[in-house]
Amino acid sequence: MAASLRQLRRRIRSTRSTKKIFSAQELIAGARIVRAQNRVEASKPYAREITKVLSALASSASLDHPLLTERDKPGRVAVLVITSDRGFAGSYNVNVLRRTEELLALLRSEGKEPVLYVVGRKGETYYRFRDRPMVDTWTGFSEQPAYSDAQAVGSTLIEAFTAGEDDDTGNADGIDGVDELHIVYTEFRSLLSQVPVAKRMAPLEVEEVEEFEHEREDAQAGNRSSDVPTSYEFEPSAEALLDALLPKYISTRIYAAMLESAASESASRRRAMKSASDNAEELAKNLSRQANAARQAGITQEISEIVGGADALVSSGSDI
Amino acid sequence: MATLQVELVAVERRIWSGEATMVIARTTEGELGVLPGHAPLLGELAPGGVVTIRVEGGEDLVVAAHGGFLSVTEQGVSILAETAEISTEIDVERAREALRRAESASDDDEDTLAAARRAQSRLRAAGQAA
Repeated sequence: MAASLRQLRRRIRSTRSTKKIFSAQELIAGARIVRAQNRVEASKPYAREITKVLSALASSASLDHPLLTERDKPGRVAVLVITSDRGFAGSYNVNVLRRTEELLALLRSEGKEPVLYVVGRKGETYYRFRDRPMVDTWTGFSEQPAYSDAQAVGSTLIEAFTAGEDDDTGNADGIDGVDELHIVYTEFRSLLSQVPVAKRMAPLEVEEVEEFEHEREDAQAGNRSSDVPTSYEFEPSAEALLDALLPKYISTRIYAAMLESAASESASRRRAMKSASDNAEELAKNLSRQANAARQAGITQEISEIVGGADALVSSGSDI
Repeated sequence: MATLQVELVAVERRIWSGEATMVIARTTEGELGVLPGHAPLLGELAPGGVVTIRVEGGEDLVVAAHGGFLSVTEQGVSILAETAEISTEIDVERAREALRRAESASDDDEDTLAAARRAQSRLRAAGQAA
């Protein structure tokens, strides 16, 4: 009895100390969400401006830039997966990876050959363990991505995409490029809901431009004078500008996806750590109940042993 | 006097926004000044360039803007940069150090060249304000 009491106490102690780790992680993740959300907010003005500039260009320049045109026979397509570097984040990585598998299956059913680009150590280990080839991986910044990280990823992808242009016509440069760019990341909807989403980055879908058109229509409804489309002067030419702008736009989108993912990761981690520390608390409570019961049982047994002993002495006729 | 509504945004944050009387920038085609009422214009900023924002009744705002675009509309001027620093925030010592490092690097691939240009533009911006 005494031995099991000691064991119980030891388990209580270790549960309590793990709980401390969980709640510390929870607090850290909580602080990181706020910071990540601020960074998402801070990156919005640029995204808005670059979208405006792109829309202005799109209406003036001919849209036959390689990043905008659909390839006739898409063969290899790149899929960029954004996962976290560390675990302890509940179902965050599982969800992203599951969404990726869905996308891969879809692409294969369309007769394309998806190749993987992975951000985050968790995704890297996932695919390495399953012996699936990855073209390139980046790790070490999933919680606090900087724009330079997004740029590194973006330039690699754009290079692959540009190299893929001639694959159908004899592959002159000898590099196996890709014909489409897809991205899978986790969208931060709220503290409670983070949804893995898959999007196509290139050839660009011009959804943002349409959004902007809507804004303009709204403005027109209120103010007739802005009816005349603005005609821009370009320095250098519109085509050259588009050339310079589109890769940046793609990097910006990757950066935005990374920021959203970082916020989602922290939110996910906080939730996981909250339930882990709640569970640890519950476990410690149950264990200390068991320990108390064991202690009381020990005392009761001792008393009944004494009483029993005394009774035996009395009944045998000796004086106590 | 009419003023321009100027937005200076870098990828990671909005750097500055406010009213200005004139914006001077260098595009890949050449130096250019923007006054209120300028025709709509889109330009690519020259690498390692410096943008000057003239604020009414105040000191000029000199900015080292790297890898950016300039967009002039009826509403105002937007300067988009991958990285941008206001001259007063530039650490001259660090910029010098970065320039030295970039210049002494034996390989002149694109990264080192870009680093050197960034450092130069920062120094130029800081020097102009001093």
